[in-house]
Amino acid sequence: MSKTYYSPTHEYITVDGNVGYIGISDYAQHALGNVVYVDMPEEGDEIEAGEDFGAVESVKAASDLIAPVSGEVLEANEKLADNPRLINEDAMANWIIKVELSDLSQLDSLMDEEAYKAHCEAEK
Amino acid sequence: MEDLKKTCLHERHVALGAQMSPFGGFDMPIQYKGIIEEHNAVREACGVFDVSHMGEVFVTGPQAEKFVNYIFTNDVAGLPDGGILYGMMMNHDGGVVDDLLVYKRGENNFLLVINASNIDKDVDWIKLQSASFDVTVENVSENYGELAVQGPEAESVMEEILGIHCKDLVFYTFLESEYDGQHMIVSRTGYTGEDGFEIYADHDTIVRLWDILMESGKAVPCGLGCRDTLRFEVGLPLYGDELADDITPVEACLSMFVKLDKPEFIGRDVVARQKAEGAPRKLVGLEILDRAIARHGCEVLNDKDEVIGYVTTGYRGISVDKSIAAALIATPYAVKDSELKVRVRRKTFPARVTAKKFYKKSYKK
Repeated sequence: MSKTYYSPTHEYITVDGNVGYIGISDYAQHALGNVVYVDMPEEGDEIEAGEDFGAVESVKAASDLIAPVSGEVLEANEKLADNPRLINEDAMANWIIKVELSDLSQLDSLMDEEAYKAHCEAEK
Repeated sequence: MEDLKKTCLHERHVALGAQMSPFGGFDMPIQYKGIIEEHNAVREACGVFDVSHMGEVFVTGPQAEKFVNYIFTNDVAGLPDGGILYGMMMNHDGGVVDDLLVYKRGENNFLLVINASNIDKDVDWIKLQSASFDVTVENVSENYGELAVQGPEAESVMEEILGIHCKDLVFYTFLESEYDGQHMIVSRTGYTGEDGFEIYADHDTIVRLWDILMESGKAVPCGLGCRDTLRFEVGLPLYGDELADDITPVEACLSMFVKLDKPEFIGRDVVARQKAEGAPRKLVGLEILDRAIARHGCEVLNDKDEVIGYVTTGYRGISVDKSIAAALIATPYAVKDSELKVRVRRKTFPARVTAKKFYKKSYKK
């Protein structure tokens, strides 16, 4: 049974057991506009909660991707290398990296969908 | 944080749902629907930009022509009334104070159109230099709004939708007329690489013209986001990126707009020397051989991984489907097809030196 969490910097992580799929939220893709490039880490790279692990670039600017949790990259979504626009089409379905979480308790500091909606509302 | 200025169209932008952002001290629209859509509208049909943030300065008086020629790199002697020249003002070290358009309204009567971000600096500079000339320098930036109507359909939009007679205007000329009794300046100029016009008028007139365009649906509202991608693809410089107080016209490859054969002007010696001996740096185009985008400030490296320059502007092209950049690099490396590298965050990517015009201009001359 998977559950989705959100960070204040608009990344999401959908977790099933100790495996998670990290991407950017629909709110974030909308705010960025046309995504033209996704800078992703490689399989085997370590990511650390709160640190950047890549970037999503719109025409105008690059936005760092901040890791919501720590762990090891199991896979980068290669579909995004050729077609970064998939993030605009469906940000939730098109995750950026698949990770093995090293500390499940880090999820406790993230928001559930309801709290995240309120967070976005407050940012507007 | 300083208070941002607002143009006369600010409320219109907000009502259209534009993404607003600070630019040159103003709260400006970056995009309405999306940069790519707006960019393509200008390349293929017609877009309208609020460029009311631009500064306007009148220089008049018995020595106006002599004075403009002293502070400006291009040569206004012999420019007919209604003619426009692009050029720069240099400081004494040959660095660029600003790049600007000079409109000749009559004998010893000029309009200087300057960048929003430089209005205060430029006006101070111009006034300082004018001390020993019999001229009047008047900053009228706050009295004027400005629209840029750009694209292959710009002429018909101007004529048919706005009822502004302009089809006989030649590229880089202007006319002065009235719109409902209000003074208006219309020039065949722009910053997109496409045919187009710029209209200067009082705030109320600018708002009225904007409203007519919006109602017609014949001109897509365009933000500064696509203004930057459009100008960049055709190799036009932006002050703050390709031009700065410490970048000379020779380094920026703009020496064709510096007329060394006219009487003494500020910065002349530096340009003359650099043209003869070469400048230490040169602005080039780069094609990044990857999808990665090298943006302003990214380092450019040689094959020994030594930093030899930096990127001034970079994008995933819109009319050109490549990752492209302009970069100011050490002159020995500024050779077409030479293989360099750019550093983007933690990684480096191969890049090839190219011309800095990535897309062909379609001016109507």
